[in-house]
Amino acid sequence: MILLWLILTPLIGGVLAGFTGRRNNVWPRWLSLVCLAIDLMLILALWAEHDGAAITPNGTWLAQIDWSWIPQLGIRLHLGLDGLSLLLILLTLGLGFMSVIASWSEITERVGFFHFNLMLTLAGVIGVFLALDLFLFFFFWELMLVPMYFLIAVWGHERRIYAAIKFFLFTQGSGLLMFAAIVALAIFNYRQTGVLTFDYFALAKTQLGPTTQMWLMLGFFIAFAVKLPVVPFHTWLADAHTEAPTAGSVILAGLLLKTGAYGLLRFAVPLFPAASATFAPVAMALGVIGILYGAMLAFAQDDMKRLVAYTSVSHLGFVLLGIYAGTALALQGAVIQMLAHGLSTGALFILVGALQEKLHTRDMRRLGGLWSTAPRIGAIGLFFAIASLGLPGLGNFVGEFLVLLGTYRVASGFAIAGTLGLVVSTIYALSFVQRVFHGEPLASAALTDFSSRHMIVMGTMIMTLVWLGCYPQPVFDTASAGIANLQRVVSEHQPHPGEP
Amino acid sequence: MNGSGLIAILPLIVLGGTVTTVMLAIAFGRNHRLTALLSVLGLMLCLIAIWPTSDVAPRQVTPLFVIDRYALFYMGLIFAASIAVLLLSYGYLAARPEPPEEFYLLVLVATLGAVALVASDHFASFFLGLETLSISLLGLIAYPRDHGKPVEAGVKYLILASISSAFLLFGMALIYARLGSMEFVRIAALLSTLDKASPDLYWLTGLALIFTGIGFKLSVVPFHMWAPDVYEGAPAPVAAFVAVVSKGAMFALLLRYFVTANVDGFGPVPIMIEIVAIASILVGNLLALLQNNIKRLLAYSSIAHLGYLLVAFLASGALRIEAVTYYLVAYTVMTVGAFGIITVLSTSNAAAEIEDLDAYRGLIWRRPWLGGTFAVMLLSLAGIPLTMGFIGKFYAIAAGVSATMWPAVIALIVGSIIGLFYYLRVIVAICTPAPEGATAYAGAVPLVGGATLAALTLMLFGLGVYPTPLVHLIQITAAQMTVR
Repeated sequence: MILLWLILTPLIGGVLAGFTGRRNNVWPRWLSLVCLAIDLMLILALWAEHDGAAITPNGTWLAQIDWSWIPQLGIRLHLGLDGLSLLLILLTLGLGFMSVIASWSEITERVGFFHFNLMLTLAGVIGVFLALDLFLFFFFWELMLVPMYFLIAVWGHERRIYAAIKFFLFTQGSGLLMFAAIVALAIFNYRQTGVLTFDYFALAKTQLGPTTQMWLMLGFFIAFAVKLPVVPFHTWLADAHTEAPTAGSVILAGLLLKTGAYGLLRFAVPLFPAASATFAPVAMALGVIGILYGAMLAFAQDDMKRLVAYTSVSHLGFVLLGIYAGTALALQGAVIQMLAHGLSTGALFILVGALQEKLHTRDMRRLGGLWSTAPRIGAIGLFFAIASLGLPGLGNFVGEFLVLLGTYRVASGFAIAGTLGLVVSTIYALSFVQRVFHGEPLASAALTDFSSRHMIVMGTMIMTLVWLGCYPQPVFDTASAGIANLQRVVSEHQPHPGEP
Repeated sequence: MNGSGLIAILPLIVLGGTVTTVMLAIAFGRNHRLTALLSVLGLMLCLIAIWPTSDVAPRQVTPLFVIDRYALFYMGLIFAASIAVLLLSYGYLAARPEPPEEFYLLVLVATLGAVALVASDHFASFFLGLETLSISLLGLIAYPRDHGKPVEAGVKYLILASISSAFLLFGMALIYARLGSMEFVRIAALLSTLDKASPDLYWLTGLALIFTGIGFKLSVVPFHMWAPDVYEGAPAPVAAFVAVVSKGAMFALLLRYFVTANVDGFGPVPIMIEIVAIASILVGNLLALLQNNIKRLLAYSSIAHLGYLLVAFLASGALRIEAVTYYLVAYTVMTVGAFGIITVLSTSNAAAEIEDLDAYRGLIWRRPWLGGTFAVMLLSLAGIPLTMGFIGKFYAIAAGVSATMWPAVIALIVGSIIGLFYYLRVIVAICTPAPEGATAYAGAVPLVGGATLAALTLMLFGLGVYPTPLVHLIQITAAQMTVR
C-alpha cells in the first residue's frame, strides 16, 4: 500500500497545485514541496525499516503490492521496491525538490499548470521505478511523457515546439516498439502456458528461440536506448534539454535518462539474458562511442545548455558500458554513476538556468569573467564542472572508475577506449569554466549572485556528491542487494537460458 | 413469430414507435425542445429495452434478424452514440436558422437503419438497413441547405453511396447465384462444401464486390476519397454521426458476416484485409499530416483508425471480437468527443463552423475546460495511457501479434508515430497563447453539450484506467457469438 501512496502523493499534489494555481502563484509551489516531503518521509521510513541486514541477497522485495487490475487480460497492479528502485526514487524526490525550488522565480506564468505537469512527471517516473507488471510499466513509461511534453512546449525557450515534438516522437515511437515486444512476449508466453499474463516473473520464464529472443530484446533495447540516450538515437536530447525550462532540463537529464538505464537493468537484460549476452559487445561498443562522441560534441558547443546536455550522452555511455559488462563491480559503478550524474548534471542545469534567467543568454561567446561579479556562482560552477570530469573524491569518479574496472575484466579493449573519455571530459569541463567564469567580463553587468535559496539547493547537492565520492558504501549495500536480487531472479527463473 | 420474438425485437419496436411519435409531434406543431426531449427519451427507452431483450437472446427473429448479445451490445453502443450526438446538437441547432425538428427525425431513422444492420443475418436485411441509414444520412449531411458546402458534400455522399450499394448488390447477387442462399449461417454451411484448394471465382468475386461496397462505407483506402469532403461539408454533429454510427454499424456487420459465414479460410482474404489495413493506416496518417482544417484532419485520422480496426480484425477467435469491439467503443467515445468540441465551439458562430486550426490557438487558456477536453480527446486518439485509446491500441497490437501479421503491426507502429505528430500539432495550437486580436468565442457553452462532453471525458478516463467492466461485458458478448 505504501508503494501506491508513493505514486499517488505527487499525483494528488499535482492536481491540487493545478487547481490552486488559478488563484495564487505561491500555493502550487508549497503544495508540491509538501507532497514531495511526504513522499520522502515515506521512502526514508522504508529505508530505515529495512536497513542493513534486511536488504540481503536472500531475495525479498522491500515492499510490494500485487492487486488485480484488468483480470481478463492478466494485467495486475504489481509494484515492487528493491534497493535499486529505492535509490532511484530517492534521486527522483531529491531532484523533484531541486526543480521546484529552481523554478521558484523562473516560472511566473501558469504556475498551477506547471506544477501539475511537474508532479505528474515525477509520479510517472516513480511508477516506472516500481512497476513489476510489464503492461503497468509501459503505462507509466508513456504517462511521464505527456506532462514532460507540456513542460517543454509551454514554458520552454525559443525553439520549444520543435524540441517538444521531437522529444515526444522519438520517445513515443521507440516506446511503441517496446510495447509491441511486450505484447509479443505475453502472447508467446500464453501459447506456452495457456495463461495470459504480463507479470515480470512469469514472462521471465518464457522459453524463446534465439532469433525471437533477439528481436524482442531489440524492441526493448531501442526504447531504452532512445531514453538513455545511446549514440545513434541521441539527437532529440540536445534540443529537448536546451529548450526545456530549468526544472524540465533537471528532470530530463536527472530522471528520464535514468529510466532508460533502469529499464535495461530491470527488463532488457533479465528478461532476455541469452540475447543480451550475444548483444553485449555491440552495446558496449555503442557505450564507448557515446562516451567519446558525447564529449567531443560537448566541447564543440557555444550554448551552455547544449554543452551540459551532451555531457549526459558521454556520462550515460559509462552506464551502458557498465550494464552490458555485467560484472558486479561494473553494475555497482553504473548505479553510482546514475546517481552522481543525476546530481551533477541537475546542478549544472540549475546553474545555467539561473545564469540565463539573470543574463538572458546561454551563449558562451557572449559570456566571460563572471567569477569577479558572482563568486558564488563561479565557485559552484567550478565544483560541478570538476565533478563532471570525474575528480576523485566526488561521486562521478567512483562510478566511472568502477565501471572501467569492472569492464576491464571482461572486455579490456572497451575499458581502455572508455578511459579516454576521462581525458576528453577534462577538456570540455575546463573549457566551460574558462569561457564562462574567467577572461574578460563581457555580459555580467546586471548579474546578481546566487541567493540563499539557490545556495541551499547547491549546498545540498555538493554535500551529497562529496558523500557519494568519499563514502559510497551505504549505496553499495542498498544497491548490491537490489542487483543481486535481480541476478537471483534471472538465475532462478531462467535456469537454462540457452535452450530454445 | 410469437411473444418472445416480439420481446427480442423490442428495441427496434420502441425505436420505430419513437420515430412515429416524433413525426406526429412535428406535424402537430413545431417545438424544438419537445422534439429533442421526445427523441432523447425514446432512445433512452430503447437502451432500457435492451435489458428484457437480453433475457431471450440469442434468438433468430424471422430469417432476417438475429438478436444475440453481440447485436444487443452494438445496439446499445449505437443508441448511446445517437443520444450523445443529439444532446450535442441541441444547442447547435437552436442557434441555426434552419428549422431543427427534422434533424432529430433523420437521426432517429438513421439509427433505426444502423440498428437493423447490426442485427441482420441475411443479405436482404443487410441491404435494407444500409439503405435506410444512407438515405437519412444524405438528408443530415445536406441539412443546412442554404449553404454551398453541405449541399456539395451531400451530393458527393449520394453518388458514392449509390455506387457502393450497386457494388454490394452485384456481389450479393453473385454469391446468391453460386450458393443459392442469402442467410449468413447457410452460406457458411454451403461454403464448407466448396473445394477450398481451388478458389471459386463466383464466390471470390462476390466477396470482393461486397468488401468493396463495405469499404466505401468504412472509408478505408482505396475507397476513402469521399470522407474528408463529406466530413468538412457536413455539420459537425453529423460528421460525428457518420464517423461513429454509420461506420460502427458497418464494421459490426462486417465482423458478424466474417465470423458467421466463416469467410477467413479462403486463400487471399486475410492478405487482402491486411493490405487494406496497412494502406489505410499509412495513407490516412500521411494525408492528415498537413491539414489545417480540423474536420478534414479528423476525417483522415478516422481513415487511419479504421485501418487500426482492420488490424484488430485480423486476429482469430474470441480475441478478434473483443479487440474490434473495444476499439470501436473507444473510437466512438473519442470521435464523438472531438467532434463534440467543434460543435460546442461553433454553437454561437452561426455563419460558419470553427474548423480552422488557427482559430484554436490558445483555446486552453481562454476556455480551460473545453481546451483540456479537446487535448484529452486528441491524446486518446493518439493512444496515450489513462485513456481508452491506449487500451484500444493495445488490443490492436495484440490482435496483430497473435495473428503474426508483422507487416500490419509495423504499419500500426509507424502510423501511430505519424499520427502523434499531427495530433500534437493541434495540441500545440491549443496550448500556444493566442495572437493579439484573435477572435474570442463570445457565446456561452450550451449546458447540455457541455454536460455531454464531461460525461464522454469521464468515460474516456474511467474505461481507460479501469476497463475491466467493459472488457467483461465484451467477453460475454464475444462468447455467445463464437458459440453460435
